[in-house]
Order: sequence, then C-alpha cells, then structure tokens
Amino acid sequence: MHAEKLNIAAIRQDFPALNQQVNGHPLVYFDNAATTQKPQAVIDALMHYYSHDNANVHRGLHELSERATKQYEAARCKVQQFINAPSEHECIFLRGTTEAVNLVAQSYVLPRLKAGDEVLITEMEHHSNIVPWQMICEKAAAVLKVVPINDRGELILSEFEALLNKKTKFFSVGHISNALGTINPIKKMIQMAHAQQVPVFIDGAQAAPHTKIDVQDLDCDFYAFSGHKMYGPTGIGVLYGKAELLEAMQPYQGGGEMITRVSFSGTQYNVIPHKFEAGTPNIAGVIGLSAAIDYLNQFDMSQVAAYEKQLLSYATEAIQSVKDIRLIGTAADKASILSFTMGKVHPHDIGSIVNDLGVAIRSGHHCAMPVMDHFKVAATARGSFAFYNTREEIDIFTAALGKVHEVFD
Amino acid sequence: MRELYQEVIIDHNRNPRNFYAMENASSHAEGYNPLCGDKLNLYLKIEHDTIVDASFTGEGCAISTASASIMIESLIGKTVSQAQAVFEQVHTMLTCDHCDESCLGKLAIFSGVKAYPARVKCATLAWHTLLAAIKNNQDIVTTE
Repeated sequence: MHAEKLNIAAIRQDFPALNQQVNGHPLVYFDNAATTQKPQAVIDALMHYYSHDNANVHRGLHELSERATKQYEAARCKVQQFINAPSEHECIFLRGTTEAVNLVAQSYVLPRLKAGDEVLITEMEHHSNIVPWQMICEKAAAVLKVVPINDRGELILSEFEALLNKKTKFFSVGHISNALGTINPIKKMIQMAHAQQVPVFIDGAQAAPHTKIDVQDLDCDFYAFSGHKMYGPTGIGVLYGKAELLEAMQPYQGGGEMITRVSFSGTQYNVIPHKFEAGTPNIAGVIGLSAAIDYLNQFDMSQVAAYEKQLLSYATEAIQSVKDIRLIGTAADKASILSFTMGKVHPHDIGSIVNDLGVAIRSGHHCAMPVMDHFKVAATARGSFAFYNTREEIDIFTAALGKVHEVFD
Repeated sequence: MRELYQEVIIDHNRNPRNFYAMENASSHAEGYNPLCGDKLNLYLKIEHDTIVDASFTGEGCAISTASASIMIESLIGKTVSQAQAVFEQVHTMLTCDHCDESCLGKLAIFSGVKAYPARVKCATLAWHTLLAAIKNNQDIVTTE
C-alpha cells in the first residue's frame, strides 16, 4: 500500500483518532512514547474477532474455538518473524513489557540469586525496569548496581565494563530510553555482558515501533515489548526468551493452560510457551497485535526510522527558537523523543497550555525519577513523534510553546 | 486558558507569599503529588487554637504554588475549626458542579481549575497537606 516511499498523508488516513478537533484545534498527538494511536486495521481486527470468532483458545472442539486458536497461534508465528526469533515457542504472550520484566526477575533470576550477588541495570531505566529488580535483590540480599549516564543522557560504557564482574548475575537495559530518547548500543553491551557470562534482558518497549528488531543478531537472552506502543491494543505484550532459558525456568503463575496433567499428588507443567500463559489469555489483544504487525510490515522500518529522525532534527531545531528551552537528553543516537524544560515554568503548566491548543504532550517524571534526579529537575515536558506526525504539527507545537511564555511573562 | 491562569494565580506563582521554612512551627506536614512530582512543606504556628502564622516551601506547578500561597494568606488568624470549614468549601468548589463560591472570597479564583480535571489535584495538594498539619500527621500526604 505505502511501499517505496512513505506517504504520510495516506498513513494519517489510516488512524481515525488523528482526525479530530481538540479544544477547537486539530489534534496534534505527540504522546506516542506513552501510547500510539491505532490504525483502522487493528480496530477492525478486534471488532471482527468479537463479532465473529469469539471463543476460548486451545479448548473447544467447535468451529469458533478452532478459528480463535488458529488466529492466536498464527499471531505467535507473526511475532516470531517480526523479531526474527528462532522459534515461535520462544515468544510468550503477556500483558506487556512490565509483566515480562517481572516474570524474568521472579522466575529466572531470583532462584539463581545468592546473598551478595549483583544485578546490573542503568540509571536511565523506566521504573518498570528498576522496581522488579529491587524487589528480588531485597529478597535475596543481593545488590542492585547501576550503570551511570553522562550529561547527554548516554550510558558510560567504561563504567559498564568496570561494573561487570564475577558477582554480576544478570543485566537488564532499555533498548531506547522513554525519558531521554537515547538509543543504547545494546548489541555491543550484550557482547560485553556475555564475555562475563552475564545473561541480558532488553526492555524494547520504546524500540518496537521505531526500529527493526532482530533478537538473533542481538543475541540477547530476553527481549520484551508492548503492543500498545507499536499501534496495537493495550494489555498485550511479548516476552522473547532463548528456549533453553525458558525451559529451565519455573512457571510464574499457576492455572489452566500452563499444565499437562494435574492431580493432588503433583502437577506436570506444559511446554513453552504455554507454561507461562496461565489462564485465558488476552485473545483479542493478540489478534489486534497481529494486525498491528501486519500494518507495520507494509513499511520499510529503515524508512520509518529515517523519517522519524528527520522529524526529531526539525523539532530539535524549531524548539530552540522558544525562549528558555533546555533539552534533557542530547545523545548522539536518539529516537524521536524530545524531553525539555522551559525556564521556571513547571512542565504541568506547559502541558495544560499546549493542550488548550490541541497539542497532546506528556508532562511529568515519565516513570524515570532517577533520570530526573540526574538532571536535577522535578519533571520534564516531552513530545514524542510517530511516523504519522508532520513538520506542520511541529510548527503548531512550537507556536503553542510560545503561548506558554505569553501566559507566564 | 485565562480562566485557569488568572492574574492573581500568575502573581502568587511568581512571588509566593510566606515562602520559607518556619523554625518555630508548632506543626508541620509534607505533601506530595506523585503524578507530577510536586512537593510541599507546610508549617503552622497554632496558639490557643488559632493559626497565628503559616508558611511553606516546595516545588510545584503554578496552580499548586499559587494555591499554597493564597491558602496561607486566607488561613492566618483563623481558628483550626474555621480552617477546616474553608477546606470543605474549597474542596466542594473544586469537585462539585454546582456550588456557591461567594463565601470563598479570593479563593474563588481557583474555580476555573474545575474545568481542567487533571489539574484539580494541583490545587488541592496544599489543602490536603493543611489537614495533615492540623492533625500533626507525620506521614507524607499524597493526592492519590
């Protein structure tokens, strides 16, 4: 459909929510790092499932259950291809990236953690890639170590290297920072960790909509992402794990589907991935995610990334014309996320004023309070762009920021 | 937007009144809005059941800073039970559709906040912290 070159006007037509007025102005949706809008194809897939094929999966022998199961498992193969996993059995459907971190922390890392061992994360992580590790370290009397960032918001690799040691049992890092936009050199970091026999988890929540993911090329041990940040539904996400690691893990939750045989003398667990999918899953979510992958597959991800990079450079330059702008996060390699402060004006006030002009941005600590501490700010305002955004929208956004000064000066 | 950011609010945000940490306060409470990271320290000097002095420090948006500043101006000289009654009136103004703001005087300028539901907690943070200070509650009060 949109092959060859990106036709942004046509792409915008695919997203019904973009076509609306907010407070009397056309919506400018710049909160894509929080969640993206959904294309009609995803909305239709959800509607079609509930209108025609709704049934539980892996259970009934009836027609509807077979249809639902077929679509559910076909989605798993689609996910496998999307991230180039060796096998679809290595792709587990979960609620999202947060649940994936918790599963790996509780089920893979905690049983292998002894007092005094170390778990390594970074200073730029989202709270969801901090708190689950704090929880298990506390339980095991292990130590949580943190790779620091520099003032551009980049990880300091020499510090990372120095922190990796015999006590390091696990390393978890975000592919792209939601608060700073930094794209981390994860392939290199995975190699460095593996050289010390340290397994690695990649939080790919911010990466999936912006870049091609190849888990075999990365050689990561685990990789997780969420459907709703890549044009799919909320409440569905994927954990990829190397088969031998997943097989060595105990189940995280007990229930139906995750067993092969249950008796009161003992229970035999199902094989992967079902071992980790207790209970009736989010079937509609999986089908919607599958539609989102189909939608993205019609584009060349390198073109998507290139276009978003153009938007970021344009916005980075445009925003400098606004008085008192301070960019938070100026890494050399950045995704389309623009975090900033404006003099003494609180980011919440910025958010309210631009919202009055139809511009949706995020204001707050972005669930990354350690990042805020590093830059000594309580909060930032953040515009984050998707490939359906335009330069014209950035002009509206920049003008709206000018209004902030009108109110406060 | 001017409904929300009235001149008086902008003025109190720019020059918050009674903005200092009181050394001989008789009670103190700390408020926190986890949504936006706003922090507020409120100090009261209560003598014979009357708030004879009050002050605050902290970091917050224009609405929360101005709310604390104007609240303190309105409190000084009131008895504790009068202050609690004003809390109720302000709370009603910010959360109910129909209310009489005439009794609130200067505080009525915050009625515009009601049209911005995401900002109501910015305006109420100071008031919730006040209740905690009156009770001398040492836990950090949140707006959640």
